[in-house]
Amino acid sequence: MSTTTNASEQFHSVGVDIADAKAPKGPIEQRWDSRKFNAKLVNPANRRKLSVIIVGTGLAGASAAATLGEAGYHVKSFCYQDSPRRAHSIAAQGGINAAKNYRNDGDSVYRLFYDTVKGGDFRARESNVYRLAQVSVNIIDQCVAQGVPFAREYGGLLDNRSFGGVQVSRTFYARGQTGQQLLIGAYQALERQIGAGTVEMNTRHEMLELIMVDDRARGIIVRDMVTGEIETHTADAVVLATGGYGNVFFLSTNAMGSNITAPWRAHRKGAYFANPCYTQIHPTCIPVSGDYQSKLTLMSESLRNDGRIWVPKVAGDDRLPSDIPEDERDYYLERIYPSFGNLVPRDIASRAAKYQCDAGKGVGPGGLGVYLDFAEAIERLGRPAVEAKYGNLFDMYAQITGENPYEQPMRIYPAVHYTMGGLWVDYDLQSNLTGLFVAGEANFSEHGANRLGASALMQGLADGYFVLPNTIADYLASGPYEKIADDHPAVLEARAAVEERVHKLLSINGTRTVDSFHKELGQIMWEYCGMERSEEGLIKAIGMIRELKAEFWSNVKVTGVNEELNQTLERANRVGDFFELGELMCIDALNRRESCGGHFRAESQTEDGEALRHDDEFAYVSAWEFGGDTPVLHKEPLEYEYVEMKARSYK
Amino acid sequence: MNITLRVWRQKNADDKGKMVTYGLEDVSTDMSFLEMLDVLNEQLTLSGDEPIAFDHDCREGICGSCGVVINGLAHGPQVSTTCQLHMRSFEDGAVIDVEPWRAGAFPVVKDLVVDRGSFDRIIQAGGFISAPTGSAPEANNLPVPKKDADHAFESAACIGCGACVAACPNGSGMLFTAAKITHLGLLPQGQPERDSRVIGMVEQHDHEGFGGCTNIGECTAACPKGIPLDTISRLNRDLLGALAKGKA
Repeated sequence: MSTTTNASEQFHSVGVDIADAKAPKGPIEQRWDSRKFNAKLVNPANRRKLSVIIVGTGLAGASAAATLGEAGYHVKSFCYQDSPRRAHSIAAQGGINAAKNYRNDGDSVYRLFYDTVKGGDFRARESNVYRLAQVSVNIIDQCVAQGVPFAREYGGLLDNRSFGGVQVSRTFYARGQTGQQLLIGAYQALERQIGAGTVEMNTRHEMLELIMVDDRARGIIVRDMVTGEIETHTADAVVLATGGYGNVFFLSTNAMGSNITAPWRAHRKGAYFANPCYTQIHPTCIPVSGDYQSKLTLMSESLRNDGRIWVPKVAGDDRLPSDIPEDERDYYLERIYPSFGNLVPRDIASRAAKYQCDAGKGVGPGGLGVYLDFAEAIERLGRPAVEAKYGNLFDMYAQITGENPYEQPMRIYPAVHYTMGGLWVDYDLQSNLTGLFVAGEANFSEHGANRLGASALMQGLADGYFVLPNTIADYLASGPYEKIADDHPAVLEARAAVEERVHKLLSINGTRTVDSFHKELGQIMWEYCGMERSEEGLIKAIGMIRELKAEFWSNVKVTGVNEELNQTLERANRVGDFFELGELMCIDALNRRESCGGHFRAESQTEDGEALRHDDEFAYVSAWEFGGDTPVLHKEPLEYEYVEMKARSYK
Repeated sequence: MNITLRVWRQKNADDKGKMVTYGLEDVSTDMSFLEMLDVLNEQLTLSGDEPIAFDHDCREGICGSCGVVINGLAHGPQVSTTCQLHMRSFEDGAVIDVEPWRAGAFPVVKDLVVDRGSFDRIIQAGGFISAPTGSAPEANNLPVPKKDADHAFESAACIGCGACVAACPNGSGMLFTAAKITHLGLLPQGQPERDSRVIGMVEQHDHEGFGGCTNIGECTAACPKGIPLDTISRLNRDLLGALAKGKA
């Protein structure tokens, strides 16, 4: 199909190409060593004179704060929750990859690197991914030393499992609570530094603005969420580790408070936002049960190993599943993808479910669900075996839906659960704004267009424990920078912007609630910028978002005052930024006239309906510069020296 | 279903606070308890009233943010976090009392929101293994018997929600403290700091104003993660041992 016209150009302009100036050249296995060797060092005695602000206390933020605190820097850490231990990394279930090759099954740093570049559909940087695979082994050592209770074999050594369709067993896990255990490890290291006085912790504080002085990031404006006080904090460098933006869809597997505000404020101050359209959608979530629904719950993908996915053959069939005979059921994945069947990759399984529901064959409330049936597995393996394998997931499903999955099929539907895009960073994790670093899901760098299972935890901890503490030292070595007075014009301007925005939100006093706007935005994003995107739909969505944003700023109702704990005000402020992000996601999706990883354009598919990449035109990172209604696209071309670019096939 | 809620409303830490009654109609049995509060808050907002403040975040039972006392029970009538409680657990026409955690060491911030910073300070006082980044030995150099690793994991499953404190007639935080002592004390990596850990954490626990443990067991009955009561026995044993060594 032709990809020559570019309808997106009516919405943006094109700037000069950019490049990652920090990645060393030379053999890939020597690049990280070379960068560390050439980085400037900071004398231990000078470190306490240097200060770093870290926003967010998930895996990336907590591990970075603990490590920099231990090293002797003066760290100021911020989180919106009541404790750093509650950041949403805690909800990750599956595991963490590391190239330990404990199973002697042919794994290696190179293989993890190769799998990650390929899994990212050739839209990630080779240098970054190789470094990630290299430090993955140190992460496991570090976590074990902290007392993270990973699963073990009877001999006392660490257990591994295979995860996400790879052929080696490299995933370390702690039952279904790996994220929790890793985060508690990082949290305890962080609390140790708070107790030692190297880290100053600010809980229930939300960053609302970035302070730029002489073209350097020098501080942030935060709101104390209990008193409403607007505070200024300055430092020699600022790190954002604030997670992903899945909540732009309103319904996602993210925590209710997960938001884009901190990165978006930095974006508005000049930081490039890269690949915002890359969104990962997970096929096995519990479907929506009503319009009061506040979030979606993920169930492990392992359910697809034994469950069979089907819908009624005839649209609108509202019989109970038990009343639908075998020959009136369509096991559509088994039919369309005979060799992989129910185990096709996440995006293919998700999209197929959407097509069935679009055709009116969906089941459950609103017709937004498909069956995941264990009847055959229970007959084949016996109920005790199914219970042993999936018991906790079945219990979770029963608790949420009130239905017994041993007796009737589960209902599942896809949900947004990870965003690969984020602020653009170089090899040092520094954004294009000097002194502003970005770590974890908040940056864009290692997963390309699609993240592999058990790689999010790996990246968060790689950034926080091992990468950032080395690279930020190179920047801090030129400090300390000139002290910023509280009445510096840049501080006053940033404070005034925050105060004006808060005042504006509180004074509109319209007739619609914040959540009603957020839900409507989410529906637009899900419909037009979700599992499948098209030129027509995206253009329509941009118009709808702009109208909704205008209505929000003239008709939202925010109760209460600033000088108190005001959860409505908090949400309103976040939703205000989600509109702008949603618009940019649609523009990015419109510009990328190819299908790759978590981005599927209806116009770019093979005859069999598979994603079709266009490497000749789109092998680049889209780094967007803020430009109001007309953002500026900067392209960072991607080159593959080690892994050959190939198309995937699951037929 | 239709329900009546009696909710604790308190403007801020200095306000006296009181129970306020709200009727709510057409509640779906499939709603979670927190979604029911969301619906009530939408109605309050549209009628110009202040919505009810409550802590919540992941809504999948793992972050430990949520937690209210429902009809006198921490997290309500079933053993789970408040976010995992659904309205099908209540009868049509039910009258439901909703209050914040009540404990001296958890001052009320607003409505149903309390300050659990005391838990973080207990961890600061020793709830860790000192392992600076980069200093770790190869992970498999230190085998840990599976039984110990599994037992450590069970204690490490604590989500720090504070239900144990809310359920305890003494307002004690011993189950929370003991879970961490057990998690780290069962592992070989945790041995060097085992004595200082238990002394430091118990001292901080008492300093924060938590009550003493008198082995009533309400804590473990309310714990959404099933942290067992015998962790407290383990804490006491470690504490006695550490204090005895300190005197020697």
